[in-house]
Amino acid sequence: MPHKLFRFNGGVKPATHKTDSVRAPIGRAPMPERLVVPLHQNIGGKPQPCVALGDRVLKGQVIGTADHWVSAAVHAPTSGTVRAIEPQLATHPSGLPTLSVVIEADGKDEWIERRPVDYASMAPESVRELLRDAGLVGLGGAVFPSHAKLSASKKTPMEELVINGAECEPFITCDDMLMRERGEEIVRGAGIFRDLLEPKRVLIGIEDNKPEAIAAMREAVAAAGESFEVIAVPTRYPAGGAKQLISVLTGKEVPSSKRSTDMGVQCFNVATASSAYRALTFGEPLISRIVTLAGNVEQPRNWEVPLGMTIRDFIALGTPRADTNRYLMGGPMMGFELPGLDAPLIKASNCIIAASPKLFPPPPPEMPCIRCGSCARACPHELQPFELYWFSRAANFGKAQEYHLFDCIECGCCAFVCPSHIPLVQYFRYAKGEIWGRERDKKAAESARARFEFRNERDEREKAEKAERLARAAAAKAADNPLASATAAPTAASPAATPAPAAAVTAAAAAAPTSPAVPGEAPAATGEASEAERARKAMIAAAVERARAQREAAAAARPHDAATSPEQ
Amino acid sequence: MMIYAILIMALGAVVLGASLGFAAVKFRVEGDPLTDKIDAILPQTQCGQCGYPGCKPYAAAIAKGEADINLCPPGGADGVQKLAELLGREAKPLDAEEKPKQTALIDEQRCIGCTLCIQACPVDAIVGAAKQLHTVVDPLCTGCELCLKPCPVECIAMNPVGESLDNWKWKPPVFTLQRQA
Ligand code: SF4
Ligand code: SF4
Ligand code: SF4
Ligand code: SF4
Repeated sequence: MPHKLFRFNGGVKPATHKTDSVRAPIGRAPMPERLVVPLHQNIGGKPQPCVALGDRVLKGQVIGTADHWVSAAVHAPTSGTVRAIEPQLATHPSGLPTLSVVIEADGKDEWIERRPVDYASMAPESVRELLRDAGLVGLGGAVFPSHAKLSASKKTPMEELVINGAECEPFITCDDMLMRERGEEIVRGAGIFRDLLEPKRVLIGIEDNKPEAIAAMREAVAAAGESFEVIAVPTRYPAGGAKQLISVLTGKEVPSSKRSTDMGVQCFNVATASSAYRALTFGEPLISRIVTLAGNVEQPRNWEVPLGMTIRDFIALGTPRADTNRYLMGGPMMGFELPGLDAPLIKASNCIIAASPKLFPPPPPEMPCIRCGSCARACPHELQPFELYWFSRAANFGKAQEYHLFDCIECGCCAFVCPSHIPLVQYFRYAKGEIWGRERDKKAAESARARFEFRNERDEREKAEKAERLARAAAAKAADNPLASATAAPTAASPAATPAPAAAVTAAAAAAPTSPAVPGEAPAATGEASEAERARKAMIAAAVERARAQREAAAAARPHDAATSPEQ
Repeated sequence: MMIYAILIMALGAVVLGASLGFAAVKFRVEGDPLTDKIDAILPQTQCGQCGYPGCKPYAAAIAKGEADINLCPPGGADGVQKLAELLGREAKPLDAEEKPKQTALIDEQRCIGCTLCIQACPVDAIVGAAKQLHTVVDPLCTGCELCLKPCPVECIAMNPVGESLDNWKWKPPVFTLQRQA
């Protein structure tokens, strides 16, 4: 029975450039001598390092533990020694550093003890925890921790589980090759997701320009005796966007304000499914992935690479041509230019493209928007990019949000068709960043205000308490004196006098907050205060003296340092 | 016909006016909503550079019309712009120099643990006990510089907040408009 397909709005058909990298089977990249493993490779929390400098680590050993529920552990990709835990160039358009663990491989590639589990006999909660500790994140490029997507909504029953093998971006073929060669792993992984989410149907969506993958997946599903549907979807970018694929296969539109489970559907990438399978069945955490090497290289191909291999080591596998001038990660539509060859391959790396001026000519200069509306027709989210562009450019971010800026998935369809060559997506990214920045500032200001108010309250309270204490002390003193004179008298009046001070104290304490200026008490109280003040002043003076002496001693010892210290 | 139209409009005006007046009395908000709205725009650095002992007093002064809107340096031109929008006034240049955001750093070698900076910090961004080393909790510091002066050993310095992956933003594309021939 052919599955009924729906259509998403807009979309474009760029040249696919996919044939070159699928000729050779997936290669296994040689283990580099040095690996740089960033700790923060997922959306959400930042895993904390749990190894020390000089430690020997084994392949698959946790080197960064998940710090939140939405976070994912990081593991050593091979055995070796921790040479550094320090900021290293991040695989990110900014070129900024990120805390990374540098491992020198010992060449033994020695595994830590792997613990395969029979997940069917485990509580779903523990399976999710295991996946988090295996570092599983969405491998389509979004790197959202998968375990956090594996709880069904409490209100809506799960209807469809979508396994995304569409892979619509030009150049990228890693999912295609994975489906051709490791269909069984994907099907078993999808089975795990199915068991956790309990949907009515499992739909595997693949663009119809990958007939080999479709055939291989059908075979794998049949061999596993599953009832998953493998569905060919029309090739049209961005059919592989989670929202687009969901809408094509199920007709459901997931708004940006909702989770897809709230609509009874969830979507995972094929590589995520196969990694989930390996994590549970073999106890292998996520330490490698398949990456396409394409573009201006002599041997385009897919490689299974250890995460943490540097781009420099990786591109050497394909021999870049001489006129290569930069490298992109991801596809040409949604990817970004890599900041340098020292950046490592990470969980989000699906494809590295060697670019040359011939392959990607510099864009013609931007021209004014002629409001032709092509961008709106191409937008898969039915947005009005020209309005978004206008408001983003004018820094009118509130308006941009009103026009649903945050529904934009930055697919680049609008910029692709724009006759004025306006880099629309760059404007949208800029606007989103500014809005997030303002949101952050606002949150910080709100918390500062709360702390300021709290502190003021505390100050008030402390002042009141101090006044009370002083009044109490003064009252005690006042009560003490008559007592002293009373005991000095040779009469047996003392037993009668003892209750007196206690009564005086309570009376004074009760009176203190409202009327501290009872005559006779006030001088005593200020006397106490100035006493304390004097002691404190003396202490500070002594401390200052000490500090000065220390500083002078240090200055004398290191004149060079002393000269620079004031600007620090 | 004409007269009816005028009468209907007049009646409408009276009814609406009455209901607005009623709403104003019935739904009056306690406190001063304008001060709170202004305070929400101010950066809460609590530095006093505006000449008031904190953001809230400055907000109150603006609300009363006693202070101009361009006195808060941490808020910058952006802040003035937002205040102008809120109050329906003309934006004007900031009456001070705009500084990049900074945070305080205590030289832990030199800190003598006198607690004076803790007492000075308006937003509880410094931790430490008497005679122990003190530290600034970086994400909490608003960069108000109020802790600099009280420190008897001058061991606190301000550092500009650098760009990191947490606050990095895409830059706007450089606009290269082509002249049409
Ligand atoms: S396609 Fe380009 S020129 Fe046409 S309306 Fe959109 S932004 Fe303007
Ligand atoms: S980048 Fe955003 S605005 Fe442009 S087509 Fe894609 S979703 Fe629409
Ligand atoms: S100058 Fe600005 S940040 Fe500082 S106290 Fe005044 S309003 Fe607050
Ligand atoms: S640490 Fe210093 S600069 Fe930072 S908020 Fe506190 S007093 Fe201001």
